[in-house]
Amino acid sequence: MLKVLQMEKPMEDPGPKTDQALHEVLISDVAVHQDKSAFETLFIRFGPRIKGMMLGSGASEDLAEDLMQEVMLTVWRKAALYAPERGTVSTWIFTIARNARIDRLRRQPVQPYIDVETVSIACDAPSAEAEMISGQHGEMVRAAIDQLPEEQKTVIEMAFIKFMPQSEIAEKLGLPIGTVKSRTRLAYKKLKDNLEELR
Amino acid sequence: MSIHHHLDDASLMRYATGDLDPAFAVVVASHLAMCDECRHAVRLAEAVGGDYLDQAPVAALSNGSFERLSRMIDADGETQTASPAPEPPAANADGDVPLPLRNLLGGSLNDVPWRRVVPGVQRHRIEMADTNASLFLLKIGPGRKMPEHGHGGTEMTLILRGSYSDAMGRFRKGDIADLDEHVEHQPVVDSDEPCICLVATEEPTRFKGIVSRLMQPLVGI
Repeated sequence: MLKVLQMEKPMEDPGPKTDQALHEVLISDVAVHQDKSAFETLFIRFGPRIKGMMLGSGASEDLAEDLMQEVMLTVWRKAALYAPERGTVSTWIFTIARNARIDRLRRQPVQPYIDVETVSIACDAPSAEAEMISGQHGEMVRAAIDQLPEEQKTVIEMAFIKFMPQSEIAEKLGLPIGTVKSRTRLAYKKLKDNLEELR
Repeated sequence: MSIHHHLDDASLMRYATGDLDPAFAVVVASHLAMCDECRHAVRLAEAVGGDYLDQAPVAALSNGSFERLSRMIDADGETQTASPAPEPPAANADGDVPLPLRNLLGGSLNDVPWRRVVPGVQRHRIEMADTNASLFLLKIGPGRKMPEHGHGGTEMTLILRGSYSDAMGRFRKGDIADLDEHVEHQPVVDSDEPCICLVATEEPTRFKGIVSRLMQPLVGI
């Protein structure tokens, strides 16, 4: 299985559809064998999207490229720390990108986030809840997001795609910050409910 | 550890996107280090981020992007590659100081250089750069009341030792009070040992009443 997947290594961007099973194998090849061609496949898949996300959140072309490289270098270095039971490969890379962004774009300490990951690695056993939101269930997260009411989805998109601070979202939408907060809260609750239903 | 008071869902989402002020990030991360349930909950929020990454617009990479990265990796050498975490449960939930706080405070609550603000109330301010909020530890003696106060902004209080009660219930080690600006409360330390908590506030906490106002410069929160 492992070999076959390596042979079928797509050299083109496969589009937005996620393939968690393939990504897991690739990450494992990087972790165990320092397999550069597996890494290149991940790079082709995630590099342009990480950069796209950074550009969308206000980074210049050069900074976005630089941050993308830094994120992918971290993926290479920390591949052995990836644990499927804690989330999909996409989710793991998202957290690395978020941390790089806090560090470089916001110029704020990222250590608290790293500490939580350390605790998580040390303490968290696989759980039913973790399984629910990871592994083969990546697609379900999207389905759950799609079911959100429009006004909640808008707030979530601004927060996750543009990395807009809550205060900026409030300003953009002409809403009190309390409303943005309560929509975020409702969205989270709805996502959780939707996922439980889809399960 | 049984924890009864958790993070607000909106705070989980802000943690996931990196939209927390550094002082609040320390309090949230400290609670997460102590609370299995919230660590699981934050994963759902991060999974939303993972999904948006999958759908992110594809940007053209600069010429030779992978080759540049590839050279960095070669220079890195294999030794740099992280091996599966032989991490000790350094952040053990039973310790007094959760890992995210340990970096700022050291390993023990017994060595904190407290400053008395009023009888029965001691404080230690944790200096942080890049923040508009304040981060500090409070140590409040048994039976002591915090002055009743409302908030000019968000306030988060994480219990590290002892307990207190207020209108929202009893708060013990690991519990977090993640409060909006509209909430008013008056915690009372309700056990025999002093209550030590980690507090982040967005704006000066507004105490009600003249005596409390007199205290405010002392408490300085």
